[in-house]
Amino acid sequence: MNWDWSAVSDFMPHFWDGLVVTLEALALGSLISFALGLVWALLMRTPTRWVRWPVGVVTEFVRDTPLLVQLFFLFYVLPERGVTMSALTTGVVAIGLHYSTYTMQVYRAGIEAVPVGQWEAATALSLPVRRTWTAVILPQAVRRVVPALGNYVIAMLKDTPMLMVITVLEMLGQARLFSQQTFRFTEPLTVIGVAFVVVSYLASLLLRTLERRLVR
Amino acid sequence: MSVDTSKQPLTTPAGTGPLVRLEQVTKRFGDNTVLDHLDFSVDAGKHVTLIGPSGSGKTTILRLLMTLTKPDEGTITVDGERLFPASEKQCREVRKKIGMVFQQFNLFPNMTVLRNLTEAPVTVLGLSKDEAEERARELLDLVGLADKCDVRPTQLSGGQQQRVAIARALAMRPKVLLLDEVTSALDPELVAGVLDLLRDIARSTDITMLCVTHEMNFARDISDQVLMFDSGRILEAGPPEKIFGDPEQERTREFISAVL
Ligand SMILES: Nc1ncnc2c1ncn2[C@@H]1O[C@H](COP(=O)(O)OP(=O)(O)OP(=O)(O)O)[C@@H](O)[C@H]1O
Ligand SMILES: [Mg+2]
Repeated sequence: MNWDWSAVSDFMPHFWDGLVVTLEALALGSLISFALGLVWALLMRTPTRWVRWPVGVVTEFVRDTPLLVQLFFLFYVLPERGVTMSALTTGVVAIGLHYSTYTMQVYRAGIEAVPVGQWEAATALSLPVRRTWTAVILPQAVRRVVPALGNYVIAMLKDTPMLMVITVLEMLGQARLFSQQTFRFTEPLTVIGVAFVVVSYLASLLLRTLERRLVR
Repeated sequence: MSVDTSKQPLTTPAGTGPLVRLEQVTKRFGDNTVLDHLDFSVDAGKHVTLIGPSGSGKTTILRLLMTLTKPDEGTITVDGERLFPASEKQCREVRKKIGMVFQQFNLFPNMTVLRNLTEAPVTVLGLSKDEAEERARELLDLVGLADKCDVRPTQLSGGQQQRVAIARALAMRPKVLLLDEVTSALDPELVAGVLDLLRDIARSTDITMLCVTHEMNFARDISDQVLMFDSGRILEAGPPEKIFGDPEQERTREFISAVL
């Protein structure tokens, strides 16, 4: 197995295209999972059982089925029902939805970790419920959960290659395409392997900075 | 350090009749009847101290008044208005007349000291930011922490945090102030400062106080009336001289000599 630098340089234009798609999927998937997870977590706190119950069942279902199955479902079944999205949009939605069922648990733990005394102080000051959430509870909960959310960002990054199966050309998709055309496997796979390490390192740096900002 | 009430009264002038009234209040936790058909009332402007052994229900009474928990039976009236039983809306209105200071301070760590004091006056009472900040600065001055406006509560000592918590409660201009063992989480050397502040507030304002404490000297100084609790009932009530000097009940005498 010999290493061919010219194969690397031939692959690089495709690599950059793939990297952009991977980062896009990661960033948007993260945003969706952060936002949607918070929505689930808050809905699970409503006093009405008729809200909590369906949310609980649906999120449990999504959490316990493989992301790959969800990708196929969204990609092949939804268009039959008249819902059409680009492959990348479908992938981002699937990843965001899938991981929102994990981030919701992170948020829940963060919310529960806010001491009950904070709720009581808010009541003693007659703060309305909504204001108690936005001004007291969530700011304290969110700063606690940033590290845990960060772990899911890294996990999401490592799941982005699955988008390949619904024709999205992220890094692995580009590498495979390149391999099929040139019969070179070592170079493209090595390049994207290194890229995954670098991206997750940079992402964790970014998150740590964010964490420091929040935990002032 | 003194409170200038002529300029900014902390409450409206004391009326007549009971400000706080509990009638036949019963509170259970499961099988445990914590308060058993309790009756008592506190007149406006009076300072009442609740003493008694651990588990006798003192905290529960303050929590009922702060609507942190609901009674199983009975009625609670504050300033002539029903607090229990009452609609959510009514309860929210009446609650504004009541302030509470907790053993563990419970300041909001995500806000500066100043915002701890302005948050509720702005969002609940509808004060402008400027009005609220002016009020907050006056109160911080009163509690001797005028220079701590912009720091986070976590950067303060326990004693300082508790003084901020007292100021935060007063910023809502409550008619009734509930104090639950506010010095028992403090290092011994910080207790005196907080008690002095409370003495000062008791002396120079007309705010009604319900105070749970194990600091008997403090109780003697500020109280108009002392209520001795035992197993969810008032064992004995009277002015501090009586309760501390010549109690009728042997149980009271034992308790006081054990605490002193
Ligand atoms: N949330 C709760 N759930 C169950 N039991 C409770 C709860 N809160 C209080 N109790 C019980 O109610 C009784 C009275 O408690 P309370 O806290 O009012 O006592 P206290 O007089 O304040 O005592 P202390 O001096 O130790 O603070 C105790 O037996 C306690 O175990
Ligand atoms: Mg207590």
